[in-house]
Amino acid sequence: MYYEKRISERLKVFGLFGFIPLLVFFLVMIVPFVIGILMTVTTWTGLTGSLFEFIGFENFISAFSDPNFGSSLIATFKYVVFTLVLTNVLGFGLALLVTQGRKGQEFFKLSFFTPNLIGGIILGFIWQFIFSRAFVSVGVELGWGIFSVSWLANPETALWTLIIVSVWQSSGYMMLIYIAGLMGIDKSLMEASLLDGASAFKQLIKVKIPLMIPSFTISLFLTLQRSFLVYDTNLSLTDGGPFRSTELIAMHIYQEAFTYQRFGEGQAKALVLFVIVALIAITQVGIMKKMEVEA
Amino acid sequence: MKSKKIKSLLYYLLSLFLFLAFVFPFIIIIINSFKDNLSVVRNPLALPEVLSFSNYTQAFSAMNFISALKNSLIVTIGSSLLIIVFSSMLAYFLVRWKWKINRFIFLLLVMSMIIPFQSLMIPFVSIYGRLGLLDSKYVLMFYYLGFGLSLATFIYHGFIKNIPFELEEAAIIDGASRLQVFWKVIFPILKPITSTVLILDVLWIWNDFLLPSLVLVSADERTIPLSTFSFFGTYTNNYGLAMAGLVLAIIPIIIFFLILQKHIVRGVVEGAIK
Repeated sequence: MYYEKRISERLKVFGLFGFIPLLVFFLVMIVPFVIGILMTVTTWTGLTGSLFEFIGFENFISAFSDPNFGSSLIATFKYVVFTLVLTNVLGFGLALLVTQGRKGQEFFKLSFFTPNLIGGIILGFIWQFIFSRAFVSVGVELGWGIFSVSWLANPETALWTLIIVSVWQSSGYMMLIYIAGLMGIDKSLMEASLLDGASAFKQLIKVKIPLMIPSFTISLFLTLQRSFLVYDTNLSLTDGGPFRSTELIAMHIYQEAFTYQRFGEGQAKALVLFVIVALIAITQVGIMKKMEVEA
Repeated sequence: MKSKKIKSLLYYLLSLFLFLAFVFPFIIIIINSFKDNLSVVRNPLALPEVLSFSNYTQAFSAMNFISALKNSLIVTIGSSLLIIVFSSMLAYFLVRWKWKINRFIFLLLVMSMIIPFQSLMIPFVSIYGRLGLLDSKYVLMFYYLGFGLSLATFIYHGFIKNIPFELEEAAIIDGASRLQVFWKVIFPILKPITSTVLILDVLWIWNDFLLPSLVLVSADERTIPLSTFSFFGTYTNNYGLAMAGLVLAIIPIIIFFLILQKHIVRGVVEGAIK
């Protein structure tokens, strides 16, 4: 540990190590965050108005009375729940599959991970073609009703295309986290449970899963964050359509601000999103930490 | 013995099925990238009759691929280096100097990690648009430093905490300055963690769309995701050409992965678990 007595020396150390990064952090994160809060309760819109002219909670009231905001939130929750469950079930399953000690599993592991390398914009365009052209041609050719109309054209199925693409994209990433968890389990515990006559399934439920709660905490946290804030895939795959039915919350905020130029209301919605994300993250990690202790 | 063989067969059947489920979208776009528009519309699953690269040459120039690749490389490498240099120094400072305010700074950094970019982007664009600090990839690097600093500092902080102070004492006795101690003694020890931070940041910045789409306005500043987006918007209905553009956009990151796959897999896992 270092101690500098003189103020001038302390300033020098701070200038060397802390000043530039903290200045940039302050300008890029703290200033927009604080101004963002002020924006919602004053007349300032970024272009006109004043940051000191208080208008109360008007922006929040109009945000909550916008029916599109509500329907966007509902679509987002639905998307998050299905994506969360399916991504983690599939990710965990893949992790079990590629840790059996069989030949070729490294190759499978890498190929399951590949979609993660590619940005949401490009993946969304790829799947747009798959859903609107490839699947439709299969459907028409074979007379399969579920594929003969593009899933992107129907509000019911369009949200599912987003869920499918997100699960396909993220499950390989979660697989890696679960693999690390599986590798960390003490081998002697597995042997002991085998000696006790536990079946492979029982071993999974009674030994592996309880010991892997930390992996679940991380994976669920990451999937929650990712899926609440998804924007790229949403933009390139469905662009919010048809009829704004798949306009998830991040895209809704973007539209509000940059297409309709309603900055104050848009920022009010953005802060609501922040509160939701923060509350869910804190609650989830809190609950899981408790489970870790008990397990 | 028989049941073992059946088990093994089932294992490979399942793996093969999942493998196909994960890679068929790529196969389909590659197939169609060689076809003309009419044969894509007729049957998107058929193999191309002739192997023609005309879609690729056309997409290459329409996307302004070289310029986009150059911009992506500059932004990604520049921002990652800025993040590595400044967050490792900041983390070192926060660990080794036990000032009261340093605990507060660290807490602030950790808390800021939960703020989504979407909650900052409106005031962000208002402020920096007004100041004329948009539309430059060099300014964009500093924004990435701001947004990437807290996670990287947090990862470094956890590691530096466990480096024994005695390692530095010898260098101090030899008369090294504070900066020399950091760069000559500490930074080399951080190598594994630096590669984790580098991989996380490269994958994030290379693929990022929302921030650059707000910052980079002119066409010749576009990164690969931005030029893919505008290219695909223009040629949506020219399928063969659009597919060739997508394949081009994917190639650089796949090459990066093939070269560094072991490091990337390790880096991604460590970055998540930290």
